[in-house]
Amino acid sequence: MTIQFNDETFHGDFTFKNSEWAIKRFPFPFHEDSYMYSVNMEPHTSYRPGSVFERTFDVDEHYVSEMKDRARVLANDPLRCQSLPHMTLAGWDLVELIMEAKAREYPDLFELHKDGNRWRWVNKPLGIDDTFTFLDESTLPYGPMEYITRQTQGDFAVLDQRDDNLWMDAGMVTTQADWSLDFDIGMNFFEWHAPVPKAHEMGIFVRALKFLLNIQQGQPARRLNWTMTVNPLLDTSPENYHKWGTMKQGLTMENIGEKQHLRVELQTFFRLPRSNALVFPIRCYLIRFEDLVTVPKWARRLHRVIRDLPEELATYKGFIDNRPLMVEYLSQFDDGSPTSDGIWPDDD
Amino acid sequence: MSAGTAKLNVTVAEVKPINDLVTRFKFVRTGGGDLPTFSGGAHTVVEMQDGDITRLNAYSLMSNPADRGAYTISVRRDDQGRGGSKFMHSKVKEGMEMVISNPVNLFSLDLRAKKHLMLAGGIGITPFMAQMHQLSMMGGNFELHYSVRTASLGTYAKELAERYPGKVHIYHDDQKEAIDLKTLLANQPLGTHVYVCGPKGMINWVHGTAEEMGWPREAVHSEEFLAPASGKPFEVKCAVSNKIVQVGEHQSLLEALEAAGIDAPYLCRGGACGQCETNVIGYDGKFLHYDHWLTDEQKAGGKHIMPCVSRFEGKTLVLDR
Repeated sequence: MTIQFNDETFHGDFTFKNSEWAIKRFPFPFHEDSYMYSVNMEPHTSYRPGSVFERTFDVDEHYVSEMKDRARVLANDPLRCQSLPHMTLAGWDLVELIMEAKAREYPDLFELHKDGNRWRWVNKPLGIDDTFTFLDESTLPYGPMEYITRQTQGDFAVLDQRDDNLWMDAGMVTTQADWSLDFDIGMNFFEWHAPVPKAHEMGIFVRALKFLLNIQQGQPARRLNWTMTVNPLLDTSPENYHKWGTMKQGLTMENIGEKQHLRVELQTFFRLPRSNALVFPIRCYLIRFEDLVTVPKWARRLHRVIRDLPEELATYKGFIDNRPLMVEYLSQFDDGSPTSDGIWPDDD
Repeated sequence: MSAGTAKLNVTVAEVKPINDLVTRFKFVRTGGGDLPTFSGGAHTVVEMQDGDITRLNAYSLMSNPADRGAYTISVRRDDQGRGGSKFMHSKVKEGMEMVISNPVNLFSLDLRAKKHLMLAGGIGITPFMAQMHQLSMMGGNFELHYSVRTASLGTYAKELAERYPGKVHIYHDDQKEAIDLKTLLANQPLGTHVYVCGPKGMINWVHGTAEEMGWPREAVHSEEFLAPASGKPFEVKCAVSNKIVQVGEHQSLLEALEAAGIDAPYLCRGGACGQCETNVIGYDGKFLHYDHWLTDEQKAGGKHIMPCVSRFEGKTLVLDR
């Protein structure tokens, strides 16, 4: 299937829109009618053809516009992409991982031709055809991590592994849910998670770190995370809070269906072979409430989850003030009937 | 999910005796094709079908990590051991098909280091061989100090000295040569990281000396895989799977669980990585903890055991498996 790429914006006039196809394959994150943290990891293996879990790096109709948005954000703030000097090898590992996966899984969109260390990379959607020498930085227009992540949807945290900990030593972060690479760079796993409420007391991070330290080559893992965003903003960074924070005001029953978005992150974890680093791609999917409620099961469940969410979590996720309005809007679509287990729509 | 399950099907391409104790094995992918790249210091777990017993031993990969055509390992024969190395030496022949794990690295280079100072004892040389390949390709600064019993048992000593002139220093026990560790550590540039792989005594000596001399803990790295100790047979009750498992004299608890079809995660199988940590539900007897993973407090607490190397003596042991 060839993907029709949308021409759309994630700022200003916000012309972002999901097609019927994109709505149907949206990674709805709630498998039951309530939500609490858990180390909800599973192997990142190909699952459910057509879903966002099918490919190693999902490419969808928003690809070209998301990459334009990334370039725009980077032009305004180059510190969204940083790599400490010892992380260059991990950047090359990432180049290899992404190019090999995309060329294998989307042969109509991407091609990789290798002649020893001389590689030719063809990215048809973005009109790129580059030849370079693998492991030789001087042959690419950017550092290896920046080069490939300017061509791949989702944020990327590249984590060095040492002293039984993970260190945020490189990343490309332009589509984040209110965290800052520039602030977190060089921090370890416990330091960058320090602001998260409740989870520390629950021992979540100790268990999660142990799991991540043991992720092996050839055995990637994934989980879903979520929050809420008003307007289809990919860039909800602390650096730009003054621009988007105010957008959370002014929601009404009339406009909430269009403006309020559920924001879901497909987080994956891969061991990188040469550097022994861990790469943590965080792919953001947005869906407006009025599109989400077209799936009856999701509408009922989202109403119950948001209504019953502990106050600390609604505060941390930044929607405590808008919660009453969200619940009022969503309640229209909840007739109280039971919902089936799992995240998938019932008609499947 | 259980770790240690990503497998590679390989064929033995070469079996080459290196000296009286050490034999080198070369694996290629069965049916052709590239093996995964790895990082210097990684090991692979080799599965050995030894009669009714499946043995799983971890061996450091010593070949050039950039060479995806083949992996090589070197195995030192241990006549007192439980039989894994004897199996490799006596049963494994060229052309044989075997199963090995994807590479796992529990002894990786700290790529921030301005200099990598490597201290090897005996067969502990193998992870450094891959690391030196990797560093010399990247233009990294390294130096090897390698202690061997005799020149004839100095596995790869001569070829390493030739391959990396000026960077390799060999010490022969039989000629009363020894690494002058204090002087060596005192003369390193800032930003040096120290790596040690060898017998337990050597590892403790390096950590102890470095600590005395004020080296930061994070700048001293070591790897020691323990071979599971043999011991008296014992019985384990597995509460989750509702099975009673007998652990034989020359079998580890982890091997016994696997043989009983109980899903038990693992990575290093040598008491170092923590992956197989298992909760103890109840016991009446004495633990024989041999691992490097649990703290002394945990070992005394009787709530955890590392089934890859540790054992139990007593009446009853109930595990959360």
